[in-house]
Amino acid sequence: MNLNFVRTTCPYCGCGCELLLEVLDGKLVGTLPSKTNPMNQGKLCIKGWNCHEFIHNSERLATPLIRKNGNLEPASWDEALDFAAGRLRELKEQHGGDSVAFLTSAKCTNEENYLLQKFCRVGFETNNIDHCARL
Amino acid sequence: MTNSIPEIEDADCIFVTGSNTTVAHPLVAHRIYRAKAKGAKLIVADPRRIHLASMADVYIRQNLGSDVAMLNGIMNIIIANGWHDQTFVDERTEGFDKFLEVIKNYTPERASEICGVSVEDLTRVAELYARSEKSTILYAMGITQHSHGVDNVKSLANLAMLTGKIGKPSTGVNPLRGQNNVQGACDMGGLPNVYPAYQAVTDEGVKKKFENAWQAQLSGKVGYTIMEMMHGLEDGSVKGMVVLGENPVGSDPDVNHVKHALQSAEFLAVIDIFLTDTAKLAHVVFPATAFAEKEGTFTNTERCVLRVRKAVDPPGEARPDWQIICDLSTRFGLPMSYASPEEIFREIASVAPSYAGLSYERLDKGPIPWPCPTADHPGTPILHTERFARGKGLFHAIEYRPPEELVDDEFPMQLTTGRFFPHYHTGTMTRNSPSLHKEMPEGHIELHPADAVDLGIKDGEYARIVSRRGEVETKVLLTDQVDRGTIFMSFHFMEANANVLTNAALDPICKIPEYKVCAVRVEKLDATSGATAAG
Ligand code: SF4
Repeated sequence: MNLNFVRTTCPYCGCGCELLLEVLDGKLVGTLPSKTNPMNQGKLCIKGWNCHEFIHNSERLATPLIRKNGNLEPASWDEALDFAAGRLRELKEQHGGDSVAFLTSAKCTNEENYLLQKFCRVGFETNNIDHCARL
Repeated sequence: MTNSIPEIEDADCIFVTGSNTTVAHPLVAHRIYRAKAKGAKLIVADPRRIHLASMADVYIRQNLGSDVAMLNGIMNIIIANGWHDQTFVDERTEGFDKFLEVIKNYTPERASEICGVSVEDLTRVAELYARSEKSTILYAMGITQHSHGVDNVKSLANLAMLTGKIGKPSTGVNPLRGQNNVQGACDMGGLPNVYPAYQAVTDEGVKKKFENAWQAQLSGKVGYTIMEMMHGLEDGSVKGMVVLGENPVGSDPDVNHVKHALQSAEFLAVIDIFLTDTAKLAHVVFPATAFAEKEGTFTNTERCVLRVRKAVDPPGEARPDWQIICDLSTRFGLPMSYASPEEIFREIASVAPSYAGLSYERLDKGPIPWPCPTADHPGTPILHTERFARGKGLFHAIEYRPPEELVDDEFPMQLTTGRFFPHYHTGTMTRNSPSLHKEMPEGHIELHPADAVDLGIKDGEYARIVSRRGEVETKVLLTDQVDRGTIFMSFHFMEANANVLTNAALDPICKIPEYKVCAVRVEKLDATSGATAAG
């Protein structure tokens, strides 16, 4: 049995409470509030206390999917990446970079947001990037 | 936020408007409770009688969409009584005369007539806010999600400047951001008009800087906002779309329209952790990692940059989002390779001046609020202490405009939207969490008991809600939290989603859709159709 705690940040609201994820043999089993964070000081709300629960949900996507004959079907990473990269290149060549738009995520990390906007701006020479901050 | 969350508890007066804080930002609400216990006065202005209203010293229920008139009226009263801070106005601001011209026209009587709050209550709010030493304003989507959302925000800034309640501890104008990393997504340039750290794409010098940093040719033209993208997909000017961890089917107003737009895309790629309603429409879906499966940073609503750390492996073949973007970019023909999120963060610090002094090494010791310009800078919990970003604070002269969609005979009631405590956004995460699902397994509307009598609907029965854009069937709960003539609904539940009904009318400047007000009709369902809705 291997139990450890990993300090991280709540994925729900903009308060950004720090918490400890309880990991038992590679699986999340619980959440504890961080006592040293000056904002949440050992407290969490109901969402934070349960934030580990959706992680091991059986509905999680575990393989890339490609639409074939109208249905989304499992595919390999190589196939999915080549297909997507190829289609994006075609659109850019045929219709220009402004014909592609990107939605980045208020739930993803700063690093991921940074990379997506860089891909959009450098790869397509367009500023068609937005996210759901307005929503 | 201009100020930090812990500071709230030392305020003398807290003015909360358009934020159901106990539900949407529980740990901010906690500081409000503490402040109250220390003797602070609480003002709540909200069309819905939210939980905080029950503990407010003054609770005012303004008419939906009348915020500008209400705030202008309050400022009129402050000036008439000389409760404003003339020294602050003279030294730190400009545009006061023009502003005064407009405010003069919002006599207490006129403001009261538009917003439905008595002159007496407006005066109490004005006096409490202006005459307390440390007054702070907290607001959320109830202020911004209007076709005149920018006007509302500027009016709040006017109020804080007029009374000098900004740039000092426990004061300020504090937007409470809804999603965990909205602040970060904006900071990183996830917006059509700015590069990272709010550097304008239209500024030639800024563009040069990024062309050098990224060794690339860039566009100086402002891009499309989310709603413009949707229109573009429909009229064919936008052909392809890449969506990272968002579910616009569900979170965008007028769901039917958004679905149609995404279905018109020649190519749609979605990177997400669940097969959301948006992913179901995609041509290709990439399985991504959840917060507990990756390294990185989030930036919270007080601008604190916080570390996110990997605790467990992702399911099956799922990969970290940053690797997916690198691989996609490389195969597209733009080679991108980073060894780790930390290396990406170093690049962020090199192009975003407000993040320049931050590093994983520093953040591992604890969160730091930006601006943090150098490696030995402690971070900035309070903004605008000496000066505003633009130098002097600018007063905006703002006239009241009514909401876009008014009630009529066919659609006699107003719908407003928001969150319920156990759930979050479109429910993708919370409804897949057993404990949270159990708290509230299905959606409902809130209806005033007197309206329910008129409509012949009982508590717990089902009703059909119809707007100009669509209809949904859902359960009805009776409560006087809502005013007569108004219903409240959330967008957590895809099968009964308020955004099927909401209006996509946009604020002309920031293009926020008008979620908070639209006209609807409520119809009682007979027993049989009620059973289907329940099933
Ligand atoms: S624990 Fe609750 S209050 Fe804290 S960040 Fe998470 S959702 Fe927000």
